[in-house]
Amino acid sequence: MKELFVFIKKEFLQVFRDKQTLLMLFGLPIAQIVLFGFALSSEVKDSRIVVADYSKDVVTTQIISKISASKYFDIQQTLQSANELQTAFKKGTIKMAVIFPANFANDLQHTNKATIQVIADASDPNLATTITNYITQIINDYNTKSGIATGQPLQIIPEVQMLYNPELRGAPNFVPGVMALVLMLVCTMMTSVAIVKEKELGTMEILLVSPFKPIYIIIAKLTPNLLISVLNLFIILILSALFLDLQVKGSVLLLTFCSILFILTSLSIGLLLSINAQTQQAAMMASLMGMMLPTMLLTGFLFPIENMPIVMQWLANLVPSRWYFIIVKKVMLKGLGIGSVWKETLVLLGMCTMLFAISLKRFKIRLQ
Amino acid sequence: MITLKNISKTYNKGSVLALKNISFSVKKSELFGLIGPDGAGKTSLFRILTTLLLADKGEASVNSFDVVTDYKKIRNCVGYMPGKFSLYQDLTIKENLDFFASIFGTTLEKNYDLIKDIYQQIEPFKDRRAGQLSGGMKQKLGLCCALIHRPEVLFLDEPTTGVDVVSRREFWEMLKKLKEQGITILVSTAYMDEAKLCDRIALIQKGEILSVDTPENIVASFPEKLYGITSAKSTGLFKLLQDTRDYPGIASCFAFGDSLHATFNNSSENGLIPYLHSKGNMDASMEMITPGVEDCFIHLLKE
Amino acid sequence: MQPVIITDKLTKRFGHFIAANELTFEVEKGEIFGFLGANGAGKTTAMRMLCGLLTPSSGKATIAGFDVYKQTEKIKKKIGYMSQKFSLYDDLTVSENIRFYAGIYGLNNEQIRKKTIELLDELQLQKEAKTLVRELPLGWKQKLAFSVSIAHSPDIVFLDEPTGGVDPVTRRQFWDLIYHAAHKGVTIFVTTHYMDEAEYCNRVSIMVDGVIAALDSPTNLKNKYAAANMEDVFYELARKAKRKAD
Repeated sequence: MKELFVFIKKEFLQVFRDKQTLLMLFGLPIAQIVLFGFALSSEVKDSRIVVADYSKDVVTTQIISKISASKYFDIQQTLQSANELQTAFKKGTIKMAVIFPANFANDLQHTNKATIQVIADASDPNLATTITNYITQIINDYNTKSGIATGQPLQIIPEVQMLYNPELRGAPNFVPGVMALVLMLVCTMMTSVAIVKEKELGTMEILLVSPFKPIYIIIAKLTPNLLISVLNLFIILILSALFLDLQVKGSVLLLTFCSILFILTSLSIGLLLSINAQTQQAAMMASLMGMMLPTMLLTGFLFPIENMPIVMQWLANLVPSRWYFIIVKKVMLKGLGIGSVWKETLVLLGMCTMLFAISLKRFKIRLQ
Repeated sequence: MITLKNISKTYNKGSVLALKNISFSVKKSELFGLIGPDGAGKTSLFRILTTLLLADKGEASVNSFDVVTDYKKIRNCVGYMPGKFSLYQDLTIKENLDFFASIFGTTLEKNYDLIKDIYQQIEPFKDRRAGQLSGGMKQKLGLCCALIHRPEVLFLDEPTTGVDVVSRREFWEMLKKLKEQGITILVSTAYMDEAKLCDRIALIQKGEILSVDTPENIVASFPEKLYGITSAKSTGLFKLLQDTRDYPGIASCFAFGDSLHATFNNSSENGLIPYLHSKGNMDASMEMITPGVEDCFIHLLKE
Repeated sequence: MQPVIITDKLTKRFGHFIAANELTFEVEKGEIFGFLGANGAGKTTAMRMLCGLLTPSSGKATIAGFDVYKQTEKIKKKIGYMSQKFSLYDDLTVSENIRFYAGIYGLNNEQIRKKTIELLDELQLQKEAKTLVRELPLGWKQKLAFSVSIAHSPDIVFLDEPTGGVDPVTRRQFWDLIYHAAHKGVTIFVTTHYMDEAEYCNRVSIMVDGVIAALDSPTNLKNKYAAANMEDVFYELARKAKRKAD
């Protein structure tokens, strides 16, 4: 029994002397509390919406002022045409549109009933459900209050239409998120481990002391991972189509091209991580801790980025998967083309080039 | 062929001194041994010469190429076998050889004659994975991979460590044959008895060179007379050792297999045997012997 | 007194492969017994069986009076072990290592305290008591590892190539420690690749292809094989080995 205590004591000593493990054991919970407590929330605020008032009467004005007073919504502009509306949804600049039809006031006066059209972008079904619920709440509230004044409550009914994902399935949201996460993690981890493995085994020494150009070592390490990741991509797409009823609405070629760009970016991150890691274990930890957390939190599929503090939003812009996520949703769910995603694609291209340049420059052709 | 001038190397921002002002040279087609225990600096020296590490101070060149500015040229013409076993465990013998041959832009068939003697010993197992080979076979495979591109200089870092006596002897036979083909070989080892198989040796300890010369000259430079003390009884070496060490005139005394090697102060050697007899070591006898490299190393360590 | 190690046709089979074949020998108390053989000859398998780490396929053996099949736990209390590959924890100090290993073997606090002082004195490591082992030179590590392995006063200590890579002086200091221990009655079972160390042993066995090809004192072996030293004896026996690739 006493021997057991001796052993436990040794374990404690060893853990507390391992600075890296300690950082993870204590740093991680603290970081998580801070993040989840202050920075991340699934509460939605200041959602960008559009209000179109074709009736322009007292009631509509009142309702609109209630909406604009609410912290949940940020009314962008009042659009007039259906075309402009569609463009705005496609661009992703608005999450919802509230439309008061021309005969709103008329209907209300004569029948005490009227409808308001509510169109929401359901590519993120959670977000869409939340904000349509907010609107419904505001309108019901108005109904009830009007009843107190006149004795007869109004019956204004919101007709909700969910765009892009009428059945509010989770798949359209999480499949692109999973794609970003999986490709990012697999590429960084596999690449960094593969390179560090040579260092650990000692074969890297022999490779360096040979006419074999270091750049070829890098290419050789990246190529299998690139091909396997592209294969993975197709497997995910096929499985989504077969089992989740989620097809690619836009161009598969464009999606593949952007995916390859993202894969290359992730590979270069793996390359960068491998440069300072001495053991496979260190490489794996750096990939997991260093990449998984930011990717999960800052890509935008678990928590809306728009609701984070400015600092975190800025940080999210540095995470490649955030841009890839946008591209995938636009191409896969909304069926958009290069015209709508050129900005994000350019960002990915820039990140990829820069990361490659840095890691190639820092790749050690010597041991120390 | 290989020259080092005032090479110094530290690690951890200067807190660990690995090599201190090392200077020596190796001639073409020489079989040169770097002899010293673990931690002496052998691996650091090899890594500097094979251009894998930069020295803090000093210059070095291999085949008249500078290790810093002409490192690419050096990497094209040397063969290197690092300390740990460094081949791909999950590839077979043949796959490893083919891989390293193509890394160097050649094939197994082209240079088969050079490695034939060695390769034939492991060829029956050519489809076995490298991870499943014994220590001796791994060394042979490592040597083949280092030779496959017909290098001019061969760097072998402790190739015989952990390998049994038979394989060790075979390995050194192979090195002799390679030397005859004109390849310059710099090999490091912690086994002192391998020193006498080299043309010239450098004794190294704690980052400093203790001596550089042919084994014969080093042995000849042993400053004192060395005596071997044995006891005809097979047991009792320990008691003999203790008693000899207690003798007042003894300068140094170390166990060497079945005998003791001792040096004396002030020509007091004649009094030892009577002293030992008086302590009960009736079968003790003593004679003057020729020192070996290990004796010299121990002696140099004392200084 | 009964020999501390007695084996009778001790055998280990892995499938069709016979790693150790009908080993039969005895080792006396306080003997320094050299256990030699080429890599793949079956040394490690044999040692593992004697330490109670591997169950034999057939045959009998008693270690310190305990049966290797049924009483392995009792055996472990009576033996010590040290190898070149693993000896001490790098991230613990010298005294923490001593305390740990002594504690594992059941020494109480008072005994541990006494033992620590004794060890530090003997090895002259008093100043390094609070130094992390990873910062000690290799030679000191090995000497400390040996001392720790016998801290609990075992009957037998198994040493697996304990002096690999150290300088010649340290090697001999190590053997001084071994001699002292043997003098006090600890039986030493040592394997080594240094053939001159074979000469320090009372008796030496040489395994070839899974069997014991020779077992006698160094002097007798040299006479029998007309060899000048143990290396030549070993060479004579080992080069006929068929098992080269294992």
